[in-house]
Amino acid sequence: MEFWTAFYAISFYVATFILMFGLGYKIFQYAVTPAPLKIPTTPAPLTTGGVVVRLLLEVVIFRSLFRSNKWIWLFAIIFHFALWIVLVRHLRYFMDPVWTLVVLAQPFGKYASFAMLLGLFGLLARRMFVVRINYISVPSDYLMLFLLLVIGISGTLISFVTRTDIVQFKAFMLSVLCFDWSNLQTMPTDTMLLIHLTAVISLMIVFPFSKLLHVPGIFFAPTRNQVDNPREKRHVAPWAVKEFETTPASTTSE
Amino acid sequence: MAKKIKFEVPEFRPYPTVPVLKPGVMKGSGPFIAKPDMQKDLGFPGELVDDWHDVAIDKMGDLLKKYRSLRVFLDSCVRCGACTDKCQYMIGTNDPKNMPVARQDLFRQVYRRHFTLAGKLFPKLVGAKDLTRDVLDDWYNYFHQCSQCRRCSVFCPYGIDTAEISMAAREILDTVGLGQKYCNEIIPKIYKIGNNLGLPKPALANTLEGLEEDMKDETGIDIKMPLDVEGADILLITPSADFFAEPHIDGLIGYAKVFHQAGASWTLSSYASEAANFGMFIGSYDNMRKVSQRIRKAAIDLKVKRIIFGECGHAWRVAYAFLNTLAGPFDFLDTRYPVPQHICEYTYDLIQKGVIQLDKSANDHRKLTFHDSCNVARATRMGDKPGGQFDIPREVIKACCNYYYDMEPDTIKDQTYCCGGGGGLLTDDLLELRVKGALPRMEALKQVVDDHGVTHMAAICAICKTQFAKVLPYYGFGMDTVISIHQLVGDAIVLTTEAKTPG
Ligand code: SF4
Ligand code: SF4
Repeated sequence: MEFWTAFYAISFYVATFILMFGLGYKIFQYAVTPAPLKIPTTPAPLTTGGVVVRLLLEVVIFRSLFRSNKWIWLFAIIFHFALWIVLVRHLRYFMDPVWTLVVLAQPFGKYASFAMLLGLFGLLARRMFVVRINYISVPSDYLMLFLLLVIGISGTLISFVTRTDIVQFKAFMLSVLCFDWSNLQTMPTDTMLLIHLTAVISLMIVFPFSKLLHVPGIFFAPTRNQVDNPREKRHVAPWAVKEFETTPASTTSE
Repeated sequence: MAKKIKFEVPEFRPYPTVPVLKPGVMKGSGPFIAKPDMQKDLGFPGELVDDWHDVAIDKMGDLLKKYRSLRVFLDSCVRCGACTDKCQYMIGTNDPKNMPVARQDLFRQVYRRHFTLAGKLFPKLVGAKDLTRDVLDDWYNYFHQCSQCRRCSVFCPYGIDTAEISMAAREILDTVGLGQKYCNEIIPKIYKIGNNLGLPKPALANTLEGLEEDMKDETGIDIKMPLDVEGADILLITPSADFFAEPHIDGLIGYAKVFHQAGASWTLSSYASEAANFGMFIGSYDNMRKVSQRIRKAAIDLKVKRIIFGECGHAWRVAYAFLNTLAGPFDFLDTRYPVPQHICEYTYDLIQKGVIQLDKSANDHRKLTFHDSCNVARATRMGDKPGGQFDIPREVIKACCNYYYDMEPDTIKDQTYCCGGGGGLLTDDLLELRVKGALPRMEALKQVVDDHGVTHMAAICAICKTQFAKVLPYYGFGMDTVISIHQLVGDAIVLTTEAKTPG
């Protein structure tokens, strides 16, 4: 078996493992940490259904960011939407047969990479040139943008310029995914592909240790995910019951 | 040790501009430190303990386990910068550490260093820092330059609320013996005497009697301000500033007139003669709970059926959002009414039902605008619809006067600015910060004054009223520009000797 093939197959397993368990651990940690008081930013929804809508608006159209700063919103939404389309398009390398949705995304997906780069450059420019944002930035903020740019640029180059033996790559990927080790297909080894994959694997590994935790974080923010009903329902955390021997939350006052 | 108070009042900005950064201008502008005896009253160490570093880190670990908000907010920030121009203290001082994200980062850098893998392995890369004495001093300064107003949390794409982090930081500071004088001097007074001012029962009774006489002289009608009346229907919990400060006191008179005209049976309590709950400012669940429990006890002792809160911002937050949790369940009260209710909800309801009549022309010499108090706007509700906290006070004002004008849309409702004195900052040793922090509100006020000839700004918070009365003159307005909503009600209400039957 060839060195690169083995190396990337193993890296892929390791990165996936770290991503899944790291993220799983973080989500577990958020879920078990109590929110001892009702702190939704009001006006807040009065029902769980309303909270779902509120969160969807945040996750899909970045509502708060839109109210806050149109430029950041614009670049952020371009980047994230393009990223979604690109990700959906990439699914074709991980499945056989390919879902219709993924087939449909193909033509958009190829060009979405340009939008993704535009968004990233916009965000980078703001980070560098807007004094306030420059002041709050730390090296890892730049590193993250750099990593995403490397992924985007190398990916675009593979699609439009350098090309790779994509059929062979898919065969490799499928054999990795099916744990088909005895029959592991060799991976193409052109430089651009190696750069692309290295950056993707790095991003998967840093995900659970970095600010990319904003992805699960948004769903756990009490300011956004709580129902506004403190007068109707008590909300006592287990530690408060223990520490102060107060009545537990189950005794609700109507 | 009076601190020299010399500073420049910021100029009105021609139009909202991009703030310039002036690093360090507010460094060392923190408030006075609590004296050892005040600290001990609250069970905190008298002064900075020797092993403060370890104590602080332990406490941080403890809080991380107790508060999901803290944990999630510390991890989620992407430093997008959306919040950087949203804080009134940043706008007024231009100190970059007053940008909400920079304020959080003072805390986050230590969190990353001690509680995240990346911060332990590559501190420089991820901006992690050890908790040095310098950092601790920055905490003290800048977490006391945050009024916990939540404006930043409205604009953050992840809902990160710097107030939560300020509260945690202040709790850690208290735990290592570095408390703030203003808050930690006041809280024990509540326990010992019943209110923030340290106004004992005889003095309170005296004040109320005086007010009853004044009202008799003014209206010729016997309007009562009952104290400690057992078996009354309604317990009114109001900020103690309402008992003597201007313009608060006219608001108290307004409540009394409303109760009188509605024929309601009501009482104040000398045991719980304070609505404000400074336990929240210092981030102490324990103290917040103890202060809240007084209200429960007063309600039980006086055998009332309902609890109504007077005009107070942070107090309404603790009352609306936390009281049921901290001191409930309140199933011994009349279950037809929410517990607690806001005085504006109560008055609004009476207006709707036609129980009280208002003569708008009584306020014709006034042109009004309304300052949404930060904590009422962004942490509570009134009525049964989201946003009732904006509509109900406005409806009450409009029912009392003919001229009402809102300020710029991006300075009101959930985008309102803090008055500049909330969250435990209403002390003269922070006067510079208070004046500067009021800048964006003053600009918005200036505009309606110029455009519509507005003469008064109504408010529903004891802190807002005190703060504005103090800082308005710095910006060329009269200190009496700020007015209680219930003063407007009190001036417009049509009083009859024969009170109506209870409505
Ligand atoms: S808006 Fe939120 S995520 Fe963006 S910098 Fe501020 S706190 Fe961080
Ligand atoms: S809570 Fe208010 S005062 Fe504190 S940082 Fe946010 S905007 Fe500024």
